[in-house]
Amino acid sequence: MTVIEARGLRKAFGSTIALDGVDLRVEEGRILGIIGPNGAGKSTALNAILGLIPYQGELRVLGRNPWTEREQLLRDVCFISDVSILPRWLRVSQAIDYVAGVHPRFDRAKAEAFLAKTSIQRTSKIRQLSKGMVTQLHLALVMAIDARLLVLDEPTLGLDILYRKQFYDSLLNDYFDRSRTIVVTTHQVEDVEHVLTDLMFIHRGRIVLRCSMEEFESRYLELTILADQLPAARALKPMHERQVLGRSILLFSGVPREQLAALGDLRTPSIADVFVAVIGNNAGASQGATL
Amino acid sequence: MNPQSPTVPELNERDVVPATLSATRPFYWSVKRELLEYRSIYLAPLAFAGVILFGFVFVLARLPHTMQTLSSLDPAHQREALAQPYDVSAGLIMAAAFLVSIFYSLDALYGERRDRSILFWKSMPVSDLTTVLAKASIPVVVLPLLSFAITVVTQSIMLLLSSMVLLAGGFSVASLWTQLQLPQVLLMLLYHLVTAHMFWFAPFYAWLLLVSAWARRAPFLWAILPPLAIGIFEKVAFHSSYFFALINNRFSGGSDAVASMMGNFPFHPGMLLTVGAFLLAPGLWLGLVFAAIFLAAAVRLRHYREPN
Repeated sequence: MTVIEARGLRKAFGSTIALDGVDLRVEEGRILGIIGPNGAGKSTALNAILGLIPYQGELRVLGRNPWTEREQLLRDVCFISDVSILPRWLRVSQAIDYVAGVHPRFDRAKAEAFLAKTSIQRTSKIRQLSKGMVTQLHLALVMAIDARLLVLDEPTLGLDILYRKQFYDSLLNDYFDRSRTIVVTTHQVEDVEHVLTDLMFIHRGRIVLRCSMEEFESRYLELTILADQLPAARALKPMHERQVLGRSILLFSGVPREQLAALGDLRTPSIADVFVAVIGNNAGASQGATL
Repeated sequence: MNPQSPTVPELNERDVVPATLSATRPFYWSVKRELLEYRSIYLAPLAFAGVILFGFVFVLARLPHTMQTLSSLDPAHQREALAQPYDVSAGLIMAAAFLVSIFYSLDALYGERRDRSILFWKSMPVSDLTTVLAKASIPVVVLPLLSFAITVVTQSIMLLLSSMVLLAGGFSVASLWTQLQLPQVLLMLLYHLVTAHMFWFAPFYAWLLLVSAWARRAPFLWAILPPLAIGIFEKVAFHSSYFFALINNRFSGGSDAVASMMGNFPFHPGMLLTVGAFLLAPGLWLGLVFAAIFLAAAVRLRHYREPN
């Protein structure tokens, strides 16, 4: 079943175009990572999906129009936003009471069980918690909601590596199953690398790459070679090239593995490497400059 | 993947048994949220009540003397001598609630945008209409009723303390109780709170809520400046002051029915409850129409405003 379906999604803030005709389809049970530079339109896309902003074009989330049916939709959709948005004056116990009060799909026992594993005091005010603890609390609240779509907008921004790792571990082990769908944006690509099932690069309001992680792994290859092999490798049209410690690292898209294996060491590139190559090429092309 | 994965029945079950809450529950929790966030809603009137009770100690000290000289006064002044502290207490608690109403209404839809917690509130399945109505209910319903309840308790304590002082001094409490006519006075107070603070001031609070939903900064100034500008423009351009008169009318009571109530504060038990005249006043209904328009605009603004 299709969880998110967008056709020609557009959003402009004055003369700035944040989303420029985005087509998107997310199936149930996927974990989609939306990666893009600052101001690429990631948050705008998520806000449109959550019914927080009006937009042009067609958008259905769980078969509903998020702008006109936000209230019904939010029974099945949860989200955590970039900066901690939990009200600072609220106590932890009051936050649990409130969500239990307004959300029909909230399971208090689940939230309590998750919180028991943290050092968060039930009587603390949110302003007394560290940033990592606020995120843990928010995660505890959200994971206790039996939602079908979870939207995460830079959920781990500003957290140290321990909290970040724990965040995604909890999400995968205690929350995710094939009936749920997760959409996440982040700058810390390496954190989500092994979490995602699907990947999307967005740049200047347009989708510049959209594939599953299986496709990603079969399409992109990174070749490390010595200088004397460079002309032969360049003949295969790498999409990106960089030098590290006297060796050349070339990134290829869609070139058969056997052809490259003879030239040097092969490995699957990281998402960050492909991101730099794709967005770098894209930026260069649109500015009419060459790298 | 196996199409008959174990998650499929779970999904169907969820569709068959939709988790529903009664419509009033989100509203109840939205009101409760306001009381948690703005604790001054109940703390300010309670603090005033505390100060009043403290001050009443001095009245108590002089009470035996007052009772002794009471018989030399005419009946109207007899009541005044005894009832004054009670009238003052009702007035002060009401004033506290009114001030809290103003500051609350100006911040209610502005504060959640300022600290960005609106993103959290909007991530919950609570509609903008429910939220705005819950916020409007604080100055229009909760604060008048709360100030009434606090007044009842405060005056009961005052009466109890007075009675104890008088009995200890060997006086009769009968004249105190009959002179005060507390149930009647409190009934008048409740009538005033319902007619004036709930219905007559509703458009005023709705306007403040609208400004708080709209202003990017300084909602207090935005609440005052546009009406002031309209009034001054009218004065300069047309040499009239209908707009100022309209505003003044709203605060001083408006129709004769309400004016008779508000103009005669503190209350006298003999006052007539002119419910019919109040309900027939066009200003009441026009004001409620404006309140509805302002609130509808606030709902729309909360829906349309970019969250950042």
